[in-house]
Amino acid sequence: MENNNKVTLKINGIQVTVPAGSTILEAAKIAGINIPTLCHHPDLETSGVCRVCVVEVNKGRPLQAACVYKVAEDMEVETATPVVREARRLNLELILSRHPQDCLSCVRNQKCELQDLAESFHIEEISFPIKGKAYEKDDSNPSVVRDQEKCILCRRCIEACIQLQGVEALGVANRGADSTVGPFFNKPLQDVVCTFCGQCIHACPVGAIYEKDDTARFWEAVAAPNKHVVVQTAPAIRVGLAEEMGMGVGSLATGKMVTALRRLGVDRVFDTDFTADLTIIEEGSELVERVTGGGTLPMITSCSPGWIKFCEHYYPDLLDHLSTCKSPQQMFGALAKTYYAEKSGINPKDIFVVSIMPCTAKKFEATRPEMHDSGHQDVDVVLTTRELGRMLREVGVQFAELPEEEFDKPLGISTGAGAIFGATGGVMEAALRTAYVLVTGQELEEINLYDCRGLTGVKEAVVPVGDLEVKIAIAHGLANARKLMDMVRKGEADYHFIEIMACPGGCIGGGGQPVPTTMASRDKRIAAIYREDERMVLRKSHENEAVKALYDEFLGKPLGEKSHHLLHTKYIPREL
Amino acid sequence: MEFYRNHILVCTGEPCVLKGALEVESILLTELQKQGLENEIRVIRTGCLGPCNVAPVLVVYPEGIYYSGVKPGDVQEIVAEHLVKGRPVTRLVGTDVEKRVDVVYQVPQILTGQERVVLRNCGIINPDEIVEYIGRGGYEALGKALIHLKPEEVIEEVKSSGLRGRGGAAFPTGLKWSFTASGEEKYLICNADEGEPGTFKDRLILEGDPHAVLEGMAIAGYAVGAEHGFIYIRGEYTLSIERVQRAIDQARKLGLLGKNIFDSGFSFDVEIRVGAGAYICGEELALIESIEGKRGEPRYKPPYPGQTGLWGKPTVVNNVETLANVPHIIEQGAEWYKSIGTPGSPGTKVFTLTGNIKNEGLIEVPMGITLREIIYQLGGGIPDGHSFKMAQTGGTAGGCLPPEMLDVPMDYDELAKVGSALGSGALLIMDDRHCIVDLLKCFMRFFNHESCGKCTPCREGTPRLLELIEKIMDGTAVKADLDLMAKLAENMEISSLCGLGQSSPKPVLTLLEYYQHEFLAHIEDKKCPAGVCKKLQVKGVV
Repeated sequence: MENNNKVTLKINGIQVTVPAGSTILEAAKIAGINIPTLCHHPDLETSGVCRVCVVEVNKGRPLQAACVYKVAEDMEVETATPVVREARRLNLELILSRHPQDCLSCVRNQKCELQDLAESFHIEEISFPIKGKAYEKDDSNPSVVRDQEKCILCRRCIEACIQLQGVEALGVANRGADSTVGPFFNKPLQDVVCTFCGQCIHACPVGAIYEKDDTARFWEAVAAPNKHVVVQTAPAIRVGLAEEMGMGVGSLATGKMVTALRRLGVDRVFDTDFTADLTIIEEGSELVERVTGGGTLPMITSCSPGWIKFCEHYYPDLLDHLSTCKSPQQMFGALAKTYYAEKSGINPKDIFVVSIMPCTAKKFEATRPEMHDSGHQDVDVVLTTRELGRMLREVGVQFAELPEEEFDKPLGISTGAGAIFGATGGVMEAALRTAYVLVTGQELEEINLYDCRGLTGVKEAVVPVGDLEVKIAIAHGLANARKLMDMVRKGEADYHFIEIMACPGGCIGGGGQPVPTTMASRDKRIAAIYREDERMVLRKSHENEAVKALYDEFLGKPLGEKSHHLLHTKYIPREL
Repeated sequence: MEFYRNHILVCTGEPCVLKGALEVESILLTELQKQGLENEIRVIRTGCLGPCNVAPVLVVYPEGIYYSGVKPGDVQEIVAEHLVKGRPVTRLVGTDVEKRVDVVYQVPQILTGQERVVLRNCGIINPDEIVEYIGRGGYEALGKALIHLKPEEVIEEVKSSGLRGRGGAAFPTGLKWSFTASGEEKYLICNADEGEPGTFKDRLILEGDPHAVLEGMAIAGYAVGAEHGFIYIRGEYTLSIERVQRAIDQARKLGLLGKNIFDSGFSFDVEIRVGAGAYICGEELALIESIEGKRGEPRYKPPYPGQTGLWGKPTVVNNVETLANVPHIIEQGAEWYKSIGTPGSPGTKVFTLTGNIKNEGLIEVPMGITLREIIYQLGGGIPDGHSFKMAQTGGTAGGCLPPEMLDVPMDYDELAKVGSALGSGALLIMDDRHCIVDLLKCFMRFFNHESCGKCTPCREGTPRLLELIEKIMDGTAVKADLDLMAKLAENMEISSLCGLGQSSPKPVLTLLEYYQHEFLAHIEDKKCPAGVCKKLQVKGVV
C-alpha cells in the first residue's frame, strides 16, 4: 500500500517498505541487501557512471544503476540474477584492466574500495590484457598529489569539489577511453583555484589522490643530533588519530597521542590548542576593536588555510573582512622559534617545528612566503593524521595499549575553548566565551553555546553580549561559505562575526583525516571534540595561564607591536 | 504577379554546393542576361533534390527536366539550346555518352516510387522565401492548431496518428508530449545534431524546407505549453544554420513566431544553438547539457527531460523529421497519416542511401517498404556487377543484415525483431568486395572516438572490442575471443548509461550472428574471404 511518503516494493522477493524517493540502493540496504558500488559516495549526489551497482528492474532491460534509480510502488528488483552478476563482474573487470596492479605499493593499500570489490567479487583472472595509462603525476603543490594512472573515472572528486566545496577545480577532459579528470587545460593544481582542502582525497575510492608525504623530512629531523624537534598537534588530531590507528570512529585519545609522539623521538610535544587560545585573545580583541572603532564588519575568521585561499581567489575584494590573525598553526610556529627559543635558550635555527594537522592545506600554508616572521620558516613540516598513523605503524607503536601522558609546558597548556576549534562553530563558541568577558567584564554563565554546534551548513545566531546584540554566522564546507560571502558582497550580511571552516564539519573532517571520512564519521568526531571540551578544567581561552604568561613575558598586550609582527598576517588577491 | 515562361531550380543542398552549384548558378544568371532572358526565366535556389550522387543538379520547369552533373562549361549550352531553342541537352539528362552521370531520361530513378510528405517542398520551393512555403499551404496547420484546437487535442491527434520519433529511438511522439510535466516554464528542443554516419536527412530538410520544421516546433510548443524553442544544429551544418536563421527572421517578421501568434494568445520563439561536433550530443540529455553550456554528456534517466530537462524545466526534445511531420498530421488528420506505412510504424520515412549502391541520395517512402525494393528499385541496385553483401540499417549504431533478409520490411518493430533498428533512416549498402571484420573495425573505431567516456561499459568496452577485432584481422585471435566479443557487446547493451552505449554494440552482435562463418574463416583458416585483411591469406590462395 502506498501511503503519502512510503513505497512498498520487492527486492529479491523480499517485501520492503521504504521512504518514497529512496534509491534502490537505499531500499536494498533496508532489506538487508548490500549492493556493490564504486562511483557512489554517501555524501555526494552520484552520477551513476561506474555501472557496478546495476540491478534488474521489473525484469526489464537495460539494467539500472541502483545508486540513482528511484523506487516505485510494486517495483520488483533483482540484485543477484546471473545477468546482473555477469554485468557487474564485467564492468569491474573492465575497470581493473585499466588500473595499475601494484596494490602493494599504493598509499591506499587495504583502504581501497576497488580492491575491496575485487576481493568480494573474487576476481581471479581479468578477461582483458592489463592496459595502464601513462600520465604524469601532479605533485606541483605542497599539499595534494594526483596520480591519474590510478584514476578510475568515477568522478567522485569532481562532485566533492563542486558539491561540498563549490570550487570546481576538477573536471573531465577528453573523450571515451582517453577521458581524464583534472583541472582545465590539464593545468597543475598549483596553477588553478584549488584550495588544497583535500576533500577530493576523501572522495577518491582508490589511490589517485593523496596527501604529499612529508614523513621523510620528519624522520630526518628526528635523527639529526643538532635538531630540537617540537611538535604541535591540532585540536582535531586527538579525535582522528585513534581512528587512524584502528580504534573506533570518534575515539578520543589525547594522552595516547602525546605518548605516541614521544615514542617517535621528538623533543617536545606541544599543542596547537595553546595557540588556539591565543588566537581567541588576539581575534577577540580585533573584533572588539572593529566593532567599537568602526572597522570592516563582518569580521571573518582566518584559521582555515583552504578557506583563506578560496577567499583570495573568489572574493579578493572582501579580504579586508578577514581577521588579520594567523592561524593557530602559524602562531605556534612563529612563537616556537622566538618565545620558546628564548625561553629554552635554543638557537631558533636548530628548532624544527612539526605540525600534526588534519589538513592538507596546512602544508601549503606553512610554505606561504608570509610565514617567516620568526626569521626562519616558522613551521618546518606539516604531517597529516594519516602520515602520523603511517609512521606509528611502521615503528610498531601499539597505539591502543599506550599509557596516557601530558603535553609539555608551556606551549602545551590549553583550555576546552582551544579544543573545540576542531569542529565547525568551535572558533565562534570559543570567541564568544571570551568576548563576553572582554566586553562586559563578567564571565558567561552558560558556556555551552549550542547554536554554534552541529552540521547545519550555515548557522546563524544573535548572542547578547552586554548591551550589544552580537550577530554571528557560521559556515563549514566552502559551498556553504560561498552563500555567506555572496551575501557579504551584496551588503546583505548583517553580522558582526562570521566563522568559516573550509571542510565540512570543520577540521575534524579535514583532508588529512582518516579514510574514510563521511558525514557520519564527522558527526562522531565532533561529539568527541565536545567531550574533550567538557573534560577540561578550564574552558575559556582567557583563563589559560600560559597564554597570560606569554603576554606578560613576551608579547606585551593583545594587538601590540610584537603580536602584530608575529601573530598577524596579510592576504594576497589571487586570480581565478 | 510576375509571369515567367521557365523556372530553373538550382539545387543548393550541400553536395551540390560543394560540387559547384553556386558557380553554375552565377554563370546561368549571366548567360540569361546576355540572352536578354532575365525577365522571362527565373532562377530559384532550392534544397536538396535527392540524387546527390550526380550533383550538381538543376531542374527546368515546366518541362521538369533534370540536368545532372552540370559543370560551369555546360551552362552556355543549356541556355542556348534548351532555353532559347527549346531543345533539351540530352547528354546532360539521359544516359550520356561520357558515362559521367547515370540517370534515366528526365526524372532520375531514385525519385520514382517515392511518397513525399516531409520532403514535399524540398527541391520545389526556395527555402529562403517564406512566401513560397506559405504558397504551398505552409503555416496553415499552425493556424488550425492555434485557433481551432486545444493543446490536448493537438496531442491527441498526434498520439492517434501513431507518429514515432524519427531520430532513432522511435518513441511515440504524442505520448512523449503527453508525459510533459506541468510547469510555468517549459522548453521545446528540436534535435538537429544529426551525427549518425551516413545520415543527412535532417540537414536536407533544414536546407530545403526550414519553415516546415519551425511550424512543427510551434505546434509542438503549443501542444506541450512551451514558449521557448531551441533548435540544436550541428556545427558542420553551416548552410542549415544560415537558412534556419533566415527562416526564423522571416517568420518573426510575419508574426508566425513571437508574441501572440495569430492573435491566439500563444507566444513561441525559436533560437538556434550550434553544436561542436560530438556525436553524443545527439542524445537528448547530452544535448540539453550542451545547451546549458556544460560538457555534452548524457544524464542518467529517469528523470526524463519531460520532467527535468533544460535548466531543470520540463522539456520536450524531438527530431527534425518528427517535427516536420507534425504540420501534415494536424492539417490532414491522424487517419490520413495512418493510411500510410504500417500499423506499427505509420507514415513515411526519409532514408539516406550510401555505400555500394547506384543511386546514392535521399528518398522518402512509406514505412514497410522492403530493403530489397529500396536497394533494387529506388537505389538502382549494386553497381559495377558486384553482388549485395550487407545492409546496415539505422546508421552505425544499427544492425547489419545479410542477403537472406532483403525482404525485411522497413518498420521499427520488424527491424527490431532481427536485431537491427530503423534508427535515423541511414542505409549503408556494402557489396561483396568488403570484409565484414574490416567493416566492423570501421564502425568500432567510430564509437571508440565518440564514446563520451562517462560510463564504464561504453568507455572501456568499446576499445576492448576494437582490440579483439584487430586481433582477428591480425590472425592472432582464438575462437573464444568471439565469445568475449559477444559478452562485451551484450554487456554494453544492457548496462550502459545511455542510448549510445546501448546501441553501438548492435553491429557487433548482428555481424557475429549473421556472418559467423566469415569470422571463423579469419580465426580458424587464417583467411580473409574478401581479401581485405592484409595480414591474412587472400581468398583462393591456400
